[in-house]
Amino acid sequence: MEETLKILKERFEGKEPRERRPDLSFISVPRERAVEAVMWMRDHRGFTHLVMISCVDRIEDGVFELVYLLNDPVDRIDVGICVDIDRGAAVMESMHHLWAGVRVYQRELREMFGIDFPGSPGVKEPMILEGWDDIPPMRRDFDTLEYAERTYYPREGRSTRDPSAEMEERSYPLEADVKRGIRKLARSGYGDVDDDNKDNR
Amino acid sequence: MIGANGHKDPRHPFWAERPRYDLESEKYLKIWQGPQHPGVTGNMALELVVEGDIVVDCRVHVGYLHRGFEKLMERRKYINCFPIVCRICVPEPDYNEYLFAAATEELAGIEIPERAKWIRAITLELARIASLTMGLGGQAGAFGLGTIGQWCLVHRDYVLDLFEELSGHRIYHMYILPGGVRHDLTPGFAERTEAVLRKVEKLMDDVQKVLFDNAVIKARTNGLGVIPYDWIDPFGIVGTNARGAGGTRDVRRDYPYLVYDRLDFDVITGDRSDVYGRSLLRRAEILMACGLVRQMLRGMPAGPVRTKLPNPLHWRIPAGETYVRAESGRGEMGYLMVSDGSGYPRRVHVRGPSYTHAMALFEELVRGVSIADIGGLMASLQTCPPEIER
Repeated sequence: MEETLKILKERFEGKEPRERRPDLSFISVPRERAVEAVMWMRDHRGFTHLVMISCVDRIEDGVFELVYLLNDPVDRIDVGICVDIDRGAAVMESMHHLWAGVRVYQRELREMFGIDFPGSPGVKEPMILEGWDDIPPMRRDFDTLEYAERTYYPREGRSTRDPSAEMEERSYPLEADVKRGIRKLARSGYGDVDDDNKDNR
Repeated sequence: MIGANGHKDPRHPFWAERPRYDLESEKYLKIWQGPQHPGVTGNMALELVVEGDIVVDCRVHVGYLHRGFEKLMERRKYINCFPIVCRICVPEPDYNEYLFAAATEELAGIEIPERAKWIRAITLELARIASLTMGLGGQAGAFGLGTIGQWCLVHRDYVLDLFEELSGHRIYHMYILPGGVRHDLTPGFAERTEAVLRKVEKLMDDVQKVLFDNAVIKARTNGLGVIPYDWIDPFGIVGTNARGAGGTRDVRRDYPYLVYDRLDFDVITGDRSDVYGRSLLRRAEILMACGLVRQMLRGMPAGPVRTKLPNPLHWRIPAGETYVRAESGRGEMGYLMVSDGSGYPRRVHVRGPSYTHAMALFEELVRGVSIADIGGLMASLQTCPPEIER
């Protein structure tokens, strides 16, 4: 492991490795050297199993961090090759020729983060989201709650009722009426007479 | 590396090639199988191009179950993610619970009590039995032996009874939490588990006779969907699909987690990963899981089952990143978790075995297969669409 990380640092201009466990480390390499480094790991260091390609949106630094997690099944160690790419020009060289599964990851990354992988087969086809016209949804600046409220909530004729109040009114109308009356009476002293339906909004 | 079909460019390996056909020639027909179809596992759509009843090309379409689990987790506190993670895979929710808990514990430096490790491993093996039994039933059903499917589902339900007793839930258990498990085993759990294991073993005897010794099944499944050994790494094949092809990787032995380094078991491998071989291997895995549960129930120490933790709603997990993995019933499942030091996960990436099995691999395997065998082939890969879409 140490030797592999040392070579990655020296030959592929890697940064200081981040060791998580004796069998798992992460190292950042420049974008231009990434494909070369991953291919070297696969062909010369026995990291033949691609565990996953992932992406972390480091919006505060203005970069996407791609993580190529590689596994050496003989020595049983994992190395995550991290590559920072500019959020403004999110393009990365394709690695679809190295593993068959890569094109699926790249297709998903293009859809979910908007990172392009020119030359990757079928990369422009939508994978999960059909007809999506918003910003890629896994980016940090995509607000799920705001999107859901904008898309689904202000719908004509839609109203919301509190389930417990609804059931109380349906099952025990008399008691509910009495309660409402008491509440109204209690609130009248505070000038809140008209707002008797406050709980049911 | 030499390109496919004599292509000089090494960026054109065989998997980058698509079959060529002319839909206007009236020789080929494009048909859809799914997303609602009994021959498709979960909700996926297969866009098939067929010549007669033989598949020439296939494209897998997913997205019918997308709920944005990974994105939702970024907006929730760690503890609030537990009701989400178990929903990533319906047949095997426990692996997701365990992996999320293990990743959180590793980043936060939480040690769990010894007994909790044993109980976690027991639930994982019971989940394996439930999942593989249902998978075997689905496999039989796909070839017209619906009775075996019903037997298997009943036996899965017996295992779910145990989960209900343990956690109060049948499908999504939310039993494994950071710091250990929710509570201890119930009194008499070991005896009731033993009774279920015996039933499952008896079922496996019946399945052997009715499914694996069946001449029709042998004729239809031998040589169907063969995965060559050389494909294991290029396609990222894991679990029984890889072990059937002669692969020897098993996370339980290679990267022992919980108590697997203290258990006596061998990695079961096959000599041919076709539909028959893979199913046979799964039967053996079920029996092995029964043995492992027995070993654990016998060897389990007494003690607490949960570490006392501070209020989880106010957790701050130290910044860092990690990857944890476990051997699910369908192969390596892993979680990459990145923390930025706040109370919310910065990124959680779920690596499910279905991701490459159902997309890249299935598209390659299905070419040349009869339409009637697609369901059986798909069941033999044990794919789970929510895991792809996350």
